[in-house]
Amino acid sequence: MKAAEAVAKCLKKENITTVFGYPGAAVCAVYEAIEKEGIRHILVRHEQNAGHAANGYARVNNTPAVCIATSGPGATNLLTAIATAYMDSIPVVFITGQVSSDSIGRDVFQEADITGASEPFIKHSFLVKEAASIPKIFKEAFILAGTGRKGPVLIDIPEDIAEEEIDFKYPEKLSIRGYKPTTKGNKLQLKRCAEAIAESERPLICAGGGVLLSGATEELYALSEKISAPIVTTMMGIGSLPTEDERNLGMIGRFGKEEANIAVNKCDLILLIGARVGDRAVKSPTFIEKTTKIIHIDIDPAEIGKNLTADIPVVGDVKNILSALLDVVSERDVPLWTTKKEDNKEKTLAEKLVKRVSERLSDGGIFVSDVGNHLITAANNVSLKKGARFFTSGGMGTMGYALPASIGAYLASGKDTVAFIGDGAFQMSLQELATVKQHNIPVKIIIADNSSLGMVRDYQKAKNLKEFAVSLDGSPDYLKLADAYGIKSALVDEESDIDEMLDNFLSAKEPFIILCRTE
Amino acid sequence: MKHTISVLVENTAGVLSRITGLFSRRGFNIDSLAVGITDNPDISRVTIVADGNEHDVEQLAKQLNKLVDVIKVQSLDQEQLISRELWLVKISCTPDKLSELKNITEVTGAKIIDVTPETVTLEISDWGAKLMNFKALIEPFGILEMVRTGVVAIERGAGGIGRK
Ligand SMILES: Cc1ncc(C[n+]2csc(CCOP(=O)(O)OP(=O)(O)O)c2C)c(N)n1
Ligand SMILES: [Mg+2]
Repeated sequence: MKAAEAVAKCLKKENITTVFGYPGAAVCAVYEAIEKEGIRHILVRHEQNAGHAANGYARVNNTPAVCIATSGPGATNLLTAIATAYMDSIPVVFITGQVSSDSIGRDVFQEADITGASEPFIKHSFLVKEAASIPKIFKEAFILAGTGRKGPVLIDIPEDIAEEEIDFKYPEKLSIRGYKPTTKGNKLQLKRCAEAIAESERPLICAGGGVLLSGATEELYALSEKISAPIVTTMMGIGSLPTEDERNLGMIGRFGKEEANIAVNKCDLILLIGARVGDRAVKSPTFIEKTTKIIHIDIDPAEIGKNLTADIPVVGDVKNILSALLDVVSERDVPLWTTKKEDNKEKTLAEKLVKRVSERLSDGGIFVSDVGNHLITAANNVSLKKGARFFTSGGMGTMGYALPASIGAYLASGKDTVAFIGDGAFQMSLQELATVKQHNIPVKIIIADNSSLGMVRDYQKAKNLKEFAVSLDGSPDYLKLADAYGIKSALVDEESDIDEMLDNFLSAKEPFIILCRTE
Repeated sequence: MKHTISVLVENTAGVLSRITGLFSRRGFNIDSLAVGITDNPDISRVTIVADGNEHDVEQLAKQLNKLVDVIKVQSLDQEQLISRELWLVKISCTPDKLSELKNITEVTGAKIIDVTPETVTLEISDWGAKLMNFKALIEPFGILEMVRTGVVAIERGAGGIGRK
């Protein structure tokens, strides 16, 4: 068969039913094959958004999702999405067309060295040189993206190679010489963890994105109960356990909850689980190093000791390690040393809206936030029931993430999906309203409109700088815009409006836009 | 402190740019880098000499290990290694000075590999301070051009990263 057909067959073998992309001449053969193979293609309106949509899709399934773009500008438009997936360890396989192999290096029309350009922020990439290697390369790409520390992988396929004839045989199993991720925790280290826990009076669990990526929420909860340790989360760890649970102290960090940060400072043992201790989560790791015993559990050995020195490092898959740890720790039959406090602060309309909408999300429902002040609002006010999820671009802080990611998240889950987006970020991604409309994807969009790049404005203020280049004057009338796309919309101006719209908002079988004015 | 890191890598296109990219991206300073194919044509061996504290070098080794093309990484102390670097040096040297130069090559183990009426080209393979001594000795002649391979190193004794 043609190598392009082999590409589609490989995707089928990997159980890929939906791909996100944007065509061009260099990927036409692959597109034809995908259509023939019956794989659903979601045409986005910008390649970056195909990448973010695949990101949202992958986060729901915890397995690699696929995104396709053409050579040159199509490929370079993917770069932000690749970097975003890389920073948050999201498994996405990017497929790009490339100019014909005999033209590579000659600066022909729409040639860009995408394997080179993406190199600093991608787990691995392949430039296909022989058509016959396609099945092996795809198998490797899916293994690399979806195992160990997950992440983006790129396959760049020259146009002429896609047209060549090959024999198709998909490898069932394959071992990659330079790739042997540690999945099981070292027994001795686990024993040391158990001892440290037994000696501790105020143990604290800090759950990061790795808990969700390895599907370890049950184990996390069981451990917290068994050793009577409250839990704080990083931004990527939000949703590891229900928000209202008494043992959930909320998000740590510069923009986090005070009681969560206090607990970090007061505990005598902290279990960092699938958290890379980013600079936004822990501002001064040296302080914690001095006051607290640190257990650091992570799949990536390079994360251990990178930002902070752990007393007991354990390398491996979080789910594996937590279940092994549950077997060796002894129960601490004491009450939690600190629990969630009632939050009595007066809430703004946007904060109330976030809480009221998110607490209605069904099991598996997803709240996706974009990046800006509204992300802080979202992270600190979402109220997630068991099984509900929270997505954002944590590591990269990519504006324009939420709308496309919510499209992917809905298509993977079929569950309630809400995108909460600042007016600045919305205008970076609003072309995807057409995608939403075209495929009738019933995502619910909340625009947090403050006519400003609020987070930058506040930063300027805090630094005593002049307010500059942050006004969003000239923005459209969002309700009219919704109308232009044929999407229903409503304005939420006061609390009573929330009550009125809530009943229909999440259950509507079509997309819906809510406009909420914020500060 | 100087560290020598030996890395076995898949002999694929792009592997070297992945490795060097990693150095600049993570802010590691490297003194030298030498690459060559091993007895197995699929595998190349890279020898890196880097400056940094223990923590930096450990991070460097971990980050290298994360590259899919990297098969094995080993960081060893100087005492555990035999290291060599090859230099080719072109100096000014008229025939009347040749005997003086020969004395120098004799004590340093350098070789004269090309002679013209005005120049001599020398070859030396050695390591560290000995090379610096050699340089001091030939400097008075006037160094016209020199090229260094970068350090290669192998473990002392019977063991080694490349052993099957
Ligand atoms: C692609 C991108 N460009 C720039 C930034 C820097 N930045 C961070 S927050 C922000 C303002 C976001 O504005 P808006 O979406 O309106 O959210 P608000 O802060 O007003 O809630 C900017 C410009 C970014 N994070 N991402
Ligand atoms: Mg705004």
